Amino acid sequence: MATLIDAPPPTVAAPKSKSAGGGLGRYILIRFLLIFPTIFILVTLVFFLMRITGDPITAAQGGRLPQEQIDALVHQAGYDRNLFIQYIEYLGNIATGNFGRTISDGRPVVEMLIKFGAATLELSINAVVVALLVGIPLGMFAAHKRDKVSDAFLRMFAILCYATPVFFAGLLLKLTFSVGLGWFPVAGRASTTTELAMGRLAAPTGIYWLDALRSGDLSAFGDIVHHAVLPAVALGLLTAGVFLRLVRTNVIGTLGKDYVEAGRSRGVSEYRLVTKHAYKPALIPIITVMGLQIALLLGGAVLTETTFEWKGLGYQLAQYLTARDFVAVQGIVMLLAVIVAVTNFVVDIAAALIDPRVRY
Amino acid sequence: MGTIVLEPKRKSLLDRLPVSSHIRQSVGVQRTMLLIGVVLCGVFVLAAVFAPLLAPYGYSQISDVDGSFPAQAEPGGKHLLGTTVGGYDVLSRVVWGSQTALAVIVAAVLMSIFLGVFLGLVSGYFGGWLDRVLVVIADAIYAFPTLLVAIVMSIAINKGQSGFWGGILACGFAITAVFVPQYFRVIRAETIRLKAEPFVESAQVVGASSARIIGRHIFANATRTLPLIFTLNASEAILTLAGLGFLGFGIEPSSAAEWGFDLNKAMSDASSGIWWTGVFPGLAIVLTVVGLTLVGESINDLNDPRLRGRKAAGKGGPGSTSGAQAAIAAEVRGS
Repeated sequence: MATLIDAPPPTVAAPKSKSAGGGLGRYILIRFLLIFPTIFILVTLVFFLMRITGDPITAAQGGRLPQEQIDALVHQAGYDRNLFIQYIEYLGNIATGNFGRTISDGRPVVEMLIKFGAATLELSINAVVVALLVGIPLGMFAAHKRDKVSDAFLRMFAILCYATPVFFAGLLLKLTFSVGLGWFPVAGRASTTTELAMGRLAAPTGIYWLDALRSGDLSAFGDIVHHAVLPAVALGLLTAGVFLRLVRTNVIGTLGKDYVEAGRSRGVSEYRLVTKHAYKPALIPIITVMGLQIALLLGGAVLTETTFEWKGLGYQLAQYLTARDFVAVQGIVMLLAVIVAVTNFVVDIAAALIDPRVRY
Repeated sequence: MGTIVLEPKRKSLLDRLPVSSHIRQSVGVQRTMLLIGVVLCGVFVLAAVFAPLLAPYGYSQISDVDGSFPAQAEPGGKHLLGTTVGGYDVLSRVVWGSQTALAVIVAAVLMSIFLGVFLGLVSGYFGGWLDRVLVVIADAIYAFPTLLVAIVMSIAINKGQSGFWGGILACGFAITAVFVPQYFRVIRAETIRLKAEPFVESAQVVGASSARIIGRHIFANATRTLPLIFTLNASEAILTLAGLGFLGFGIEPSSAAEWGFDLNKAMSDASSGIWWTGVFPGLAIVLTVVGLTLVGESINDLNDPRLRGRKAAGKGGPGSTSGAQAAIAAEVRGS
């Protein structure tokens, strides 16, 4: 009887503290712990799905070697063992920080991730800069001109941004600015001489324009920017459309608030009302969605990199997938999963810090 | 469209149909955008259905009675939109490509609605550990780049080569894997909202079985928003299909015409100034996606004239359908 009476209080107490807000620390802890199942599920899915697709030895040698030799090689590499044992072994390796070497070109996975990850990071930064430069001012303008003709045009523009696949945008940009006008190079991250110069640098970050600036090599910097424009625009426009709509919707929302009306009655200029008063509070949802855009950006990066032969993670991923290189694909997916999960975590925490009502 | 709107006898039916009732409601710019969208979608569906009649040649035809087609011929004459490096007629491949796209959309959306709605209803209604596990899995997939999920799924199912229907199904399944979490989230949220409604409670009190409550009472109410999600998702399905084709994980070129694959082949033409092999399939993708998006957006805006965001929608209370629809749209577009 005594145990029965003693037992309930903790279960009653727990929801109580939760309904009272639970505290920021508790919320952060729960969100932090949720990162791990996300990564775990994606890694597990990719492990088993990649095993269904075949093995790297057959993909590389299929048709060239007799079946017995292939079977022998597969057996030697251990790909014919029980899947579950391979899976446990793989989890053990990850837990101890051993990501292995890629099967198709024999690089350590971590080194491969750092090298190509820097290229993808550079492309993503460039694209986000383009997206913000295009999306935010146009979004504010569209909100200001709500339901006028220019607003309708900008909305069409946003839909076009979304509807145009990155590779088609890339193709059009190439046809116009590279082949037609000859302003920008067709593909690549930098010209060969610059690539070589970047390779010689000590302790490079791998982000070319940063490295070029640090070494004070201005001609290399110019060359890199020259190469970066078209890929950044192609990928940036995809997200610019999203930003435009987001800024428009949120600024329209805040423009209807009383304090904006109060500002207007005090004689604050319409320009200032849109860019300062209405825009600042509209930033909170924008930050949240920016975090969600990371997935769109990474997906777009795969296509952009293939379009412009930009040797980053996406470009490599397509190569490794074709070669059925489990180890490399798992490494890349793991990194992407970590990036997505951590970004979502940071965004949720940022949103909770800005607006306490978010904590639920 | 005008004749349909003016027909008085079928007014009641037209009022209930999603798109036509929205056209009647709309005015000005909104109506123009919706009508453009409807026309673009109509052209797409007609091209897909009547592809055998519309296309001058077959999608993998490289010769006719006069001999082989010239490679990389400029637009004009016998080949209105030119030919590709392999001698395919660009116009024919663009027209046939709409058929592939429509088949994949229908397959993918049907499969994901079926799975997503089922899982969402069960998970939302029963709750508990099953709900929690499904939510974590759905969130993990939902957060991940859709294209990557689709690529991995497509090579897992497809293993490289396949025929027309095999390729369609593989792409369909790949896109399904991406969409199921979205339908799941939307339907689950609706189910949880509906579970607290008095009519569900009274059904429980009367003693109706869980299967009956889910199947009759909740299903009918939770799925009212599906047409909206359908239009929003169909456009994403086309983009995913094109992305798969562009990366070479889509349908084999000899078994079907696919816009993304043609664009992939056109990339190398671009450096030598050959524009027609890429521009036309690309335009086909853009126009179809614009059409579907315009229809979806307009329906969404008409249901929610004040453009409420996700948070504001909560204030609409459980009784406001438009608030829920806005929240759903925000949820879907957030991807």
